[in-house]
Amino acid sequence: MARSERKASVGPKRRARRSAAGKPKSRVRTYDSPGVTALAREERSWRERVLKESLAKIPERRVAFETDSGIPIDVLQTPVSRRAETPADIGLPGAFPYTRGIQPTMYRSRRWTMRQFAGFGSPSDTNQRFKYLIANGGTGLSTAFDMPTLMGYDADHPMSLGEVGKEGVAISSLKDFEILFEGIALDQVTTSMTINASAIIALAMYIAVAEQRGIPMAALGGTIQNDMLKEFIAQKEWIVGPRPSVRIVVDMIAFCSEHMPKWHPVSISGYHIREAGANAVQELAFTLADGIGYVEECVKRGMPIDSFAPRLSFFWDVHNDFFEEIAKFRAARRMWATVMRDRFGARDPKSMMLKTHAQTAGVSLTAQQPINNVVRVALQAMAAVLGGTQSLHTNSLDETYALPTEEAVTIALRTQQIIANESGVDRVVDPLGGSYFMEQLTDEIEGRAYDYLRRIDELGGVIRAVEQGFQQKELGETAYRHQREVESGDRIIVGMNGFKNDDAMPIKLLAIDNSVVDEQLARLAAVRAQRDAGKVSAALSAVEVACRDEFTNLMPPVIAAVKAYATLGEISDVFRRVWGAYREDIAS
Amino acid sequence: MTTAKQKYKLRILVAKPGLDGHDRGAKIIARALRDAGMEIIYTGLHQTPEMIVSAAVQEDVDAIGMSIMSGAHMTLFPAVMELLKAREATDILVFGGGIIPDEDITAVKALGIAEIFTPGSSTQDIVKWIQENVAQRA
Repeated sequence: MARSERKASVGPKRRARRSAAGKPKSRVRTYDSPGVTALAREERSWRERVLKESLAKIPERRVAFETDSGIPIDVLQTPVSRRAETPADIGLPGAFPYTRGIQPTMYRSRRWTMRQFAGFGSPSDTNQRFKYLIANGGTGLSTAFDMPTLMGYDADHPMSLGEVGKEGVAISSLKDFEILFEGIALDQVTTSMTINASAIIALAMYIAVAEQRGIPMAALGGTIQNDMLKEFIAQKEWIVGPRPSVRIVVDMIAFCSEHMPKWHPVSISGYHIREAGANAVQELAFTLADGIGYVEECVKRGMPIDSFAPRLSFFWDVHNDFFEEIAKFRAARRMWATVMRDRFGARDPKSMMLKTHAQTAGVSLTAQQPINNVVRVALQAMAAVLGGTQSLHTNSLDETYALPTEEAVTIALRTQQIIANESGVDRVVDPLGGSYFMEQLTDEIEGRAYDYLRRIDELGGVIRAVEQGFQQKELGETAYRHQREVESGDRIIVGMNGFKNDDAMPIKLLAIDNSVVDEQLARLAAVRAQRDAGKVSAALSAVEVACRDEFTNLMPPVIAAVKAYATLGEISDVFRRVWGAYREDIAS
Repeated sequence: MTTAKQKYKLRILVAKPGLDGHDRGAKIIARALRDAGMEIIYTGLHQTPEMIVSAAVQEDVDAIGMSIMSGAHMTLFPAVMELLKAREATDILVFGGGIIPDEDITAVKALGIAEIFTPGSSTQDIVKWIQENVAQRA
C-alpha cells in the first residue's frame, strides 16, 4: 500500500472514533501530561543519538519491518505515539466499546469453550463420535458435513461422485439426521453445524428430529454457520446466487429470533476469507462488511435491531503474526460495537458485543515436518486466548494431509488445556491492553478496516461488492503476493523453504472407508421408496411458492418438506429452479 | 531458451474437479503459469470429469493441471484418465496438485498422471516441470 494511502487512513478513523466516543469528557487524553511532553523530548534525542549510533554499528536485519498485513512497525513505541488516545477508546472489559473483552471478568469466571469440529463418513460413524465426546464430558457438538451436503446434492447425484462422506458426514434426508442424533438429548447439548448454502434444510431437519422426540424448537441451543456472503468471497460452496442466498439467511434470522431464542442463526465468518488468502485487515473488514450486510437486510425487513442483533456471532481465523492477531480481535470488538450503536442505533448492549469463535489457521500448517505444526497451533491458540475469544478449535498436526486421527485431535485439545491450566494467561483480563504497541496496532488495523468498509459502501454495499468480485480480487492479490514472498525466500516457513530436512517425518493418516457410499445410497433409495410421493410433491410445491414470494418466510415450508422426507437435493433443486444455479464469474 | 517446443505458447487447462471450493492454489498456479508465458484456460469451480475433458479437447490444450483438496482424487483422477482414453486424447499430459497422500500418488501415477505437486511445491518448480515435460501437440 502506498504511503499516502496509509496516512489517509488515520484521519477519518480518528474522526469516526471521536464522534463515537460521544460526551466531551472522553476528549481527555490518556497520555497528555507534562511527563509525556518531557518524554517526547527525550525520545527525540534518543532517536537522534542513541538509535543512530546503534544502527551505524549494528544495522537492522531489514530495511523496514511490517506486520503480515503490511502495517509498518517502528523500532519503539512509547506514550508519545499514543497522545491522541482517550480512555474511552479502550474502555473497560464488559463495557462499550468492548475493546478489552465482552465480559467484565473474562476467563476468571468462565474459560473459553474448547469446541473441536468433527464429522466424517456415515451418520452412524459421526453419531458414535458424538456419543464418545459426550461420555467424555463434552456438552458442545460440532458437525462437519460432506461436500455434496454443503452444495445441496443428494448422495446419488452425479456431482457427488467420489465426495460422499469424505470431508464430513453425508446427509440426504431426515432419515440421516435421525441417525446422526440418535440417543442424544438435544435439549441438553448445544450443537454447532458448519453448513451454509443448505443450512436452512439442516436446521429444518434438526427441528424435525427434536419434534419427533417431543422437544420444542425453543429449547434447542446451538449455532449454524449460515454465512453465505463469505461463501461467494472465499469458500465457494453455493446453490443459488448472492441475493436469494441472503434472503434465505435473513428468513432464518427472522424465524430464529421469533421461535428459537437459544439459537445463533448465523456465524459471520472471517475464517474462510483468511484461509483463501486474505490478510488480517482484509479478514476483519470483509467479515464485518458481511455482518453489516445481513443487519441491513434484516432492518429493511422491518426487524427492530435489538430483536435479532444479540443472536449474531462471529468466527475468526488465528494466524501466525502473534501481536497482529490479538489486535485484530480487539479492533473487531470495538468496531462492531461502534457500528451497531452508531450506524444501526442499537440500544441493547448485547447487540453491540462481538461474540466470537476462533480456529487456528489451517493454511499455516505445513506438510513438511508435520510435528512442527503442534508448535504453530499452540502459538496461534495463545493469540486467540489473549485476544479474548469465547470458543476455540485447535487444528491437528496432520490436517494438511487428511481429516485428523484421534491421536492428533487429542494433542490439539491438550494444547488448549495446557494454555488454560498451566500458562496462567487465564488469570487476568486483556493482559496486553495498554501496551503502546498493542494499542497502536489495534488502532491501525481498525483504521485500515474502516477504509475497506468505506470502499465497500461506495461500491453500493457488500452484496454489490461481492457480485463485482471486489473482495475476491483483493484477497487473490494478497495470496499471490504471499506466494511470491515464500518463493523468493523473503518469507521463511520453517521446514518448507528454510530449515529443510530430507528425512521424512512419517505420520499416521485417517482413511475414510468407501463402504459409506453404498450404505448412504441404499438408505436414500429406501427413503424414496417408502415415503408418500404425493405429500413430497405437495411439500416441494409449497417451498417453491414461498421462494417466489419474498414476503413469505421459507423456514416453515422447508420444515414441512423435510418432515415429508423430501431430500436435501430435492429441496435444493427447487431453489435452483426458482433462482437458477449459481456460476461464478471466473474472471476474478 | 529457444528450444523448438517454445516457439508457440503452451496451452494449459487449469481445472478444479469435484465440489470443493478451495481455489486459492488453482488460481495461484494459473497466474504463475500465465506470468511464465503460457496460455491458461481456467475452468472455474465444481467441474465434472466430463466437463474437464470436453474443455481440454475443445480448447486443444497441451496439458491439464487439476487441483483437488477434498479427498476425492482417487475417484476423479481415474475418471478423467478414462475419458481422455475414450476421446483418444491421451497425448494431453495430465498433472495434479492438492492434498494427496504418498500411497495415492503412486496409484494415480500408475494410471498415467504424469506428476503430482503436493503442498509446499513452488510455482517455479511447476513452471520448470511443464517446460521440460509438456510437448506442444501437433
